[in-house]
Amino acid sequence: MSRVQNVVVGSVRTALGWVPAQWLPGGTPDPLIERRAAIGRQASRLDGPQKVAGEARFAAEVAMDRLVYATLVHSPVTRGRITRLDTAAAEAAPGVTLVMTHRNMPRLGTLPLIGVSDLTAVGNSSLPIMQDGEIRYNGQVVALVLADTQEQADHAAGLIELDYAAETARTRFAEAKAGARTPASILIDKNHVSIGNAERELASAPYRVDYLYRTPGQNHNAIELHALTVAWQGEQLLVHDATQMVAASAAALAKLFGLKKDDVRVLSPFVGGGFGGKGLWDHQILAIAAARLAGRPVRLALSREGVYRIIGGRSPTEQRVAIAADAQGQFTALVHTGYSVMPPYGACPEQYTMGTRSLYRARSVEIVQRHIDLDIVPNTFMRAPGEAIGTFALESAVDELAHAMGVDPIELRLRNLPERHPISGAPFSQHALGQAYRDGAGRFGWERRKAEPGTRREGEWLIGLGCATGSFPYARMPGANVRLTLHADGTATVSCSAQEMGMGTATVQVQHAADRLGLPIDAITFEMGDSALPAAPMAGGSCQTASIAGAMAAAADKLIGELLRLAGNDTPLAGLRAGEVRFADAGIAGIAAPARHETFRSILARAGRETVSVTAAGSMPLEFLKFAMHSSSAIFCALRVSGVTGEVRVDRLLGSFDCGTILNPMTAASQFRGGMIMGLGLALTEETLFDERSGRIMNATLADYHVPAHLDVPEIDVMWTGIPDPRSPLGARGIGEIGITGVAAAVANAVFNATGKRVRELPITLDKLL
Amino acid sequence: MIPVGYVRASSLGAIPPMLAGDGHRLLGGGTNLVDLMRKGVERPSLLIDVTALPATIEEAADGGLVIGAAARNSAVAAHPLVRVRYPILSRAILSGASAQIRNMATVAGNLMQRTRCVYFNDVAGSRCNKRAPGSGCDAIGGFNRYHAILGASSACIATHPSDMCVALAALDARIRVDGPGGARTIPIGEFHRLPGDTPEIETALAPGEVIVAVEVPASPFAGRSTYRKVRDRASFAFALVSVAAGLTLDKERIADIRIAFGGVAPKPWRALQAEALLRGGPATSAAFEAAAAAELAHAEPLAGNAFKRELAKRSLSAILAELAGVSR
Amino acid sequence: MAIMINGAAVAAPGDARVSLLDLLREQLHLTGTKVGCNQGACGACTVLVDGERVLSCLTLAVQADGRSVTTIEGLGSAESPHPLQAAFIKHDGFQCGYCTPGQICAAAAMLREAEAGMPSYLTADLTAAPVLLSRDEVRERMSGNLCRCGAHNGIVDAILEVAAEHAA
Repeated sequence: MSRVQNVVVGSVRTALGWVPAQWLPGGTPDPLIERRAAIGRQASRLDGPQKVAGEARFAAEVAMDRLVYATLVHSPVTRGRITRLDTAAAEAAPGVTLVMTHRNMPRLGTLPLIGVSDLTAVGNSSLPIMQDGEIRYNGQVVALVLADTQEQADHAAGLIELDYAAETARTRFAEAKAGARTPASILIDKNHVSIGNAERELASAPYRVDYLYRTPGQNHNAIELHALTVAWQGEQLLVHDATQMVAASAAALAKLFGLKKDDVRVLSPFVGGGFGGKGLWDHQILAIAAARLAGRPVRLALSREGVYRIIGGRSPTEQRVAIAADAQGQFTALVHTGYSVMPPYGACPEQYTMGTRSLYRARSVEIVQRHIDLDIVPNTFMRAPGEAIGTFALESAVDELAHAMGVDPIELRLRNLPERHPISGAPFSQHALGQAYRDGAGRFGWERRKAEPGTRREGEWLIGLGCATGSFPYARMPGANVRLTLHADGTATVSCSAQEMGMGTATVQVQHAADRLGLPIDAITFEMGDSALPAAPMAGGSCQTASIAGAMAAAADKLIGELLRLAGNDTPLAGLRAGEVRFADAGIAGIAAPARHETFRSILARAGRETVSVTAAGSMPLEFLKFAMHSSSAIFCALRVSGVTGEVRVDRLLGSFDCGTILNPMTAASQFRGGMIMGLGLALTEETLFDERSGRIMNATLADYHVPAHLDVPEIDVMWTGIPDPRSPLGARGIGEIGITGVAAAVANAVFNATGKRVRELPITLDKLL
Repeated sequence: MIPVGYVRASSLGAIPPMLAGDGHRLLGGGTNLVDLMRKGVERPSLLIDVTALPATIEEAADGGLVIGAAARNSAVAAHPLVRVRYPILSRAILSGASAQIRNMATVAGNLMQRTRCVYFNDVAGSRCNKRAPGSGCDAIGGFNRYHAILGASSACIATHPSDMCVALAALDARIRVDGPGGARTIPIGEFHRLPGDTPEIETALAPGEVIVAVEVPASPFAGRSTYRKVRDRASFAFALVSVAAGLTLDKERIADIRIAFGGVAPKPWRALQAEALLRGGPATSAAFEAAAAAELAHAEPLAGNAFKRELAKRSLSAILAELAGVSR
Repeated sequence: MAIMINGAAVAAPGDARVSLLDLLREQLHLTGTKVGCNQGACGACTVLVDGERVLSCLTLAVQADGRSVTTIEGLGSAESPHPLQAAFIKHDGFQCGYCTPGQICAAAAMLREAEAGMPSYLTADLTAAPVLLSRDEVRERMSGNLCRCGAHNGIVDAILEVAAEHAA
């Protein structure tokens, strides 16, 4: 992001500061916050029966005539060029229909990188895709084979002969620090924040901690492999993809392949897990190009190794956190700086200082992130990018300070909670972290924690309790559109290109639509996962729900006007204006005079209409530029560490969340738990092994990269304040990512409490505790 | 995967001549071989499926057990005699892989399984003397958390990944084989070879020889034996260190003892030195710790696995104390 | 010979490289069985062969010749779910739904294993039968099925509920 953008965002924020809140989106709280029936109620997933029966069709499961299967060949060299390429044997192999290399790959431009200014810019890498013989990172695709069966394609891929001239590659994190860049912005925030003189405060404070924390690379590892089934029909392109960005992908593909926007259709009704990894990468472009060259539909499912090779994960980081406090425990300095990898052709800044910017007030602040260039598959957004690992560093440091001061770590946090956003000074829209802590501590039994580490033992096991704060910002994306269609039978269809990867998208939006339109749940159908529908934003930044909700609210307002127009004068509603009515009881009713009511059915019947349909876009999401809108959480962990082997066993985990209105307790609890479990992996087992000698990932398998297994996962308790955010649609803030934040620190703090050993480098494997 | 032929073996006797062809390989549950074929590590021309062969588990005349080569891992672990007389074997098997894999994998396949060294598995991008003799070893100086601290060589530091074999080593099992040179029996301690400068030769099997059965002699250790596996995930992960141990006590003295380590060596590592130090001696924590230290004194750790020396020592001491009922 | 798949006879493929998983998904369009790693590390491809849970990714289809295979489609359907399928919905034992068929197939076999007295690494008394399925026992026995969305609690709850009904 640029300096220009800093100025723009900065001026918008300044200008908004003068605008009365009621003029902004969310200025008047969404009436559904007060008036809800289906929202907030436990409801099973609407797609549950299909999913448990294996009837939900994923992208690689679409049957097509004349389908051919693709296999990719990856470069084992990190930097260099191809010096010899012989595809004759592969082309002659049984069943092979095409071997595609840089020689015959159609000439294409590069994808614009994900950005905030252009919503169709969704590329994760701006490197050329098989356009030349250059090798730019280890694992880069150098050839693609199509054959009648997957077995034939796999075999033929092994027959391609390639020689490379290798060149020196930049692969070492520590060495590359010297050439680190300091970007002007991190996403939409100014990167470098300097308030007061933090180093001087540190030097003079009675209490201080100042440490380096390290986190390794990680990979998303959705169980569904990246896959697409693609067909060209003349100049029309049909892509069944596993994607978190249906509409934006379609738009980006149209641009890249020089097609009309409406000639590209991306379908993705179910995605088998995304976590930030299921964006637009090289494999979609390659499969689409190959399908065009071969004149046949193509299925490409990456191998698990292939996912590691060409889909980036979370960047490794080295973070410095220093905190100083006065005798009363007030923070006098807060320093959070560090390094992460972000090659110039990548898009994800791994914003690990974001939580630090909003969680605590301090007299002096020094925050800056630096980027390291390596020759590597570009890292990308992975569940709570930045915050997941930034909270590890920050919240470990707070725990260290509390221990140094002899203060309870919750008490220390509560003493430093800010009244307003500590950096922008903006008021919080709603903020109840203190309550989340008090509620969580009570339920967890925090008072049973022994302040002195290493003092609780049961047999060979040392017992420890820890806690930490999690945080994630609210966002709502522009460009959310929803179509509402009322049918003559009184039912409604809600349509937008939204994504479902396990969040319960359809379920929750049906609950929302039911309340918004005054209908029962079973009268609502939700259509999604299709770029032919009104465009929804990508599923990312935990903002899909609020973004769609905002658009649906706008569409509902428009629908009221349309229905009043259709109702005419021969209706109990006659004479009422749009602002004087609302949806109620399968129709429209006067707000002041609820008895003045007419059903949708009646309105449509009288108008002789089969359907009435409106499409609307959500308002510009200015609310989070004027207000500080953040979710936060208190995570509590109880664990055992073997005094013999150093093995860590987590016995209990509790998350107490402050995330606005909870729309469906069942699916929300599952999302919180899911994030927390990924947090356990982050804390204890997950690490992408990047061999700095070669620039190659060495554990590109689910056997060697350890995501938590059932036995690693304890029963997880979740609770929430449930206090609505008056500035957001439905009073809700996103919950998809906050679950992972704070967990690694809560685990590390519990490990310290159990053993007296402070581990500042993830994952906390047993060798660090011997 | 290259094209491959497939036949089913009709009887054990029919196998040796079938194995004579170039690239002919026996296929059991496929849990290792099929994976390695996909990775290009293994490139057989013919698969001889042995899973339909009899897979009996029978009591031997001497009170031991004879386990058919094609017996499934889960069948061995669940067998009533194994559970009662060889709980160490049952537990070792149950600690390995997942229930699905144990249902598929055979006993012979478990003996024959190859290392999980990530460099061995990386045909396209890494050097490996075991896979491509003379090419070099990228694990030395690379990621070697899962690699050997005992018995390795400058050519290869890979570990044998089996749990079952560690228990078999502690139980003094014998591998019954048949082949062109006739039938013979190989003690488990001699079945797997240390790498030396020929890491590609992993077992004592002669060309054309096939594993027929595993003999487990009668064991006096049933009551005081166990298997403990230490790993990076609570379940479904390979061992960093595992210990199989059994002992008998004569009052406060150790009458007899068997110890084997997994995860620390290119083969199941029978801790003969520790056994010798302890046999006939007092069952005390101090003795256990001294024996463990002596066994691990020869360890040659690398940057990524140096912790294993301490981990193995502690694990062994703790297990022996537990088995002997000695408080630590 | 033939492979009996959910009760229907299917000819084994001519190409020995074809896994049971690929036969199911690509040739028979039984796509309820999922591919997550194709190397035995995730459990998404779990099916029942002669009633036992196995990984279809590491089973060559020719090896299943003469055997009986049950996939998720053979256990139940959206209209007529197996008790485990119903319990997974009730306890929200899934999010994206991708590992779910494998979890359910594994659970179905696991309940029978426990009933038959099959011990696990965690079972204190190896000779006890039937095994009492505690929460920890279920977690250990299901550890071969990875879930990345983090539906573990719901999965275990669902299985425990069905186990209790089974025992009742």
